[in-house]
Amino acid sequence: MRTLSTRRRHPLAGVFVILGALGIAAVLYMAFAPKGATADTSSLDDIEAGRELFVIGCASCHGQNAEGIVTASGGNYGPSLIGVGAAAVDFQVGTGRMPMAQTAPQAPRKTPEYTAEETKQLAAYIASLGPGPAIPEEEYLDVENASAEEISLGGEFFRTNCTACHNSVGAGGALPDGRYAPTLKGVSAKHIYEAMQTGPQQMPVFSDDVITPEDKRAIIAYIKAIQDEPNYGGFGGGGIGPVADGIWVWLFGIGGLVGFAIWIAAHGTRSTKKPKGAQQ
Amino acid sequence: MATDTYTPIQDTKGGKKAAGPVGWIDDRLGVAGIARKNMRKIFPEHWSFMLGEIALWSFVILLITGTFLTLWFQPSMAETVYNGSYEPLKGIEMSQAYASTIDISFDIRGGLLMRQIHHWAAALFVASMIVHMLRVFFTGAYRKPREVNWLIGVGLIALGMVEGFAGYSLPDDLLSGTGLRFVDGLIRSIPFVGSYLEFFIFGGEFPGDIIIPRLYMAHILLIPALLLGLIAAHMLLLVYHKHTQWPGPGRTNENVVGYPMLPVYAAKAGGFFFIVFGFTALFSAIIQINPVWAYGPYNPAEVTAGSQPDWYMGFSEGLVRLMPGWESTIFGWTFSWNVVIPGMGGLGLLFTSLALWPFIERWITQDDREHHLLERPRDAPTRTALGVAGMTAYGVGWAAGGNDIIATHFHLDIYTLTWIFRIGFFLFPVIAFLIVRRICIGLQHRDHDNVLHGYETGVIERSPSGGYTERHAPLPASTQYELTARQRLPQLEAAVVVDANGVENQAGRKERLRARLRHFYYQGVLDKPTVDEVHHAEEHLSHFEGHPNSHGDDFGGVSDAGVPKQH
Repeated sequence: MRTLSTRRRHPLAGVFVILGALGIAAVLYMAFAPKGATADTSSLDDIEAGRELFVIGCASCHGQNAEGIVTASGGNYGPSLIGVGAAAVDFQVGTGRMPMAQTAPQAPRKTPEYTAEETKQLAAYIASLGPGPAIPEEEYLDVENASAEEISLGGEFFRTNCTACHNSVGAGGALPDGRYAPTLKGVSAKHIYEAMQTGPQQMPVFSDDVITPEDKRAIIAYIKAIQDEPNYGGFGGGGIGPVADGIWVWLFGIGGLVGFAIWIAAHGTRSTKKPKGAQQ
Repeated sequence: MATDTYTPIQDTKGGKKAAGPVGWIDDRLGVAGIARKNMRKIFPEHWSFMLGEIALWSFVILLITGTFLTLWFQPSMAETVYNGSYEPLKGIEMSQAYASTIDISFDIRGGLLMRQIHHWAAALFVASMIVHMLRVFFTGAYRKPREVNWLIGVGLIALGMVEGFAGYSLPDDLLSGTGLRFVDGLIRSIPFVGSYLEFFIFGGEFPGDIIIPRLYMAHILLIPALLLGLIAAHMLLLVYHKHTQWPGPGRTNENVVGYPMLPVYAAKAGGFFFIVFGFTALFSAIIQINPVWAYGPYNPAEVTAGSQPDWYMGFSEGLVRLMPGWESTIFGWTFSWNVVIPGMGGLGLLFTSLALWPFIERWITQDDREHHLLERPRDAPTRTALGVAGMTAYGVGWAAGGNDIIATHFHLDIYTLTWIFRIGFFLFPVIAFLIVRRICIGLQHRDHDNVLHGYETGVIERSPSGGYTERHAPLPASTQYELTARQRLPQLEAAVVVDANGVENQAGRKERLRARLRHFYYQGVLDKPTVDEVHHAEEHLSHFEGHPNSHGDDFGGVSDAGVPKQH
């Protein structure tokens, strides 16, 4: 310590102090600052490759620089993608919703056009344009070992926030003007998480402030748990509720029992059938 | 039949054994007289007469399975924490009603099967009552003297719907709570008294904490007792009036041709009970109904997409979905036309028109005779067409109740569907009426032709001049009888507005309305052939191109090879 105190009048001492303070501030900033726009794994190569894919496949609607295209009447031909984040791209492209095959009230889920690698490159490019939600981390997607408490908690969140549109077993439901809440069957944990985070199409955004990443994982755990459970009580009819029951009752219940009634009435009192009219 | 030997029951082995106990009972209760009469009661045979039986047996199944369910169900809205074996609901707060329903489903042996039998039988109960009612309607079986029994039947359907709805609401899951909220809205929409009624029924604001115990009382005590009483009255009147029958040789308005209660109908009806029970049990064992665990406990802040009532309430749900959102506030009173018109009005219109129809028809036709012979639907074209029009309107409302499911499953726009149903509710019944009336009259003309000109044998004959004709043969006499055994149409006369002395008829306006309705009712309907027409036709048919017709009464057409089938 003596060395330091003896050199405190050194002409460069002030410079060193400022450098040191800046260094501490930088470390503190790195620790507390919100996560950056780009994921750690994306490299400049990915961004460049993504930009090239974007210009070929997406720019016709979203604009050359993803700034969006506005129609003559002021409508939205393709929305701006600046700031939507990697999660939005991973969801839209990874579920095949983008690129859209045709204009429609809503982009349906279909086989993805891009490979996983290309999707990652596109996501990296869009993420580089402005800060937005990143692709979720593995720890929030691992629902294999979810506890019973976590699953039932997820059920509470699911019923409060999701079932109004997606139905109590995630079978989906109708929305105005030909739009719909799609079924959650066969949707991966990652895509469910990203949908909550980015709010695609008609869906509201459930940001981390509204539903924490841990609670998002609980919701996914509940969805997966009820989808994996056996159909207690027999063939289910898709979980769409009493409409299926009504169809069963009329077609097969009444249909079948009327068939039995015809069968009973067609058989007279004797084992050998007499020709018609003989009974009178 | 003459070769059959018949041993009196008292001489058979079993009869001798039973003589002692049966004598004991008869000595004390004197039932032999009643039993003798009713054991030989004759019922006519036709499959359509067994539809009401499906309803009766479903009701018996409901009583049996319902009793089982009451052993475990807790009709309480007290909060409890679920700790049963269904993992995804563990540790969740819920009402005891819901928790005990989950327990019945997962922790009581056979409980889920019993619940499913109960629910399927309930859906079947109302459905079979409707089918039975349609049979009675389209065959005119409600005509004098059976109007009161028709009214009892309408009451049974209404009560059956309320009973079903009460049962649907008991588990207190998210779906049934949403249904209860719907009915709460219906009650509150009644002008002036709605909110008071709501507080009266729910004991305060919805949902309160007493509606489930109250519904439970209604579901297991009040309504079943009413249903039982009405079913007893319905069947006593059936026995008293005797069953209607289809017209046919030997069947008149004064007799009943069929089989006796014992042994034939006891066996047939008893057997049908086991078929209905077995069928429902099989259904319940393989097809899931109302998976209450999937909906979660009721919470007024939550709802699930695809929330629907059970099918029999779908009609009123649909009408509410179709209705534009009209609402007005007059002197501080809110009138929810959007709910009260379709909800209360729809059900009111349905049951009022059902109850009044026999009396309206009688007022139009002025038919004061007793009818024990059924009418074929085609022989009352206006009634049949009105019935189908009513079914169409009901069907549109019903389909609209599932508009969200139709939209998602057929990739349609729910708003477009709503507009199709809105217009269709008024338009489709009219189209159905016109088409069905036309079909009925067309079928009447065909029957007329078959009676007077014989049916087409398929025998093609070539005349010396080279022309081809098909030979017609008379229908068997029994068929001819069946086709013509109906009452002749009345003469339509203009209303008497001014009598012979030039005095204005006091009931002139009413008479004119009736005359107009009579004209509407009978317009275009074909009367049965006259005696002269039949004689002329017989003469005509007995000769073919100048040759005697060699076909006998039992001629049944020819096979592909040209060989007569029966001769």
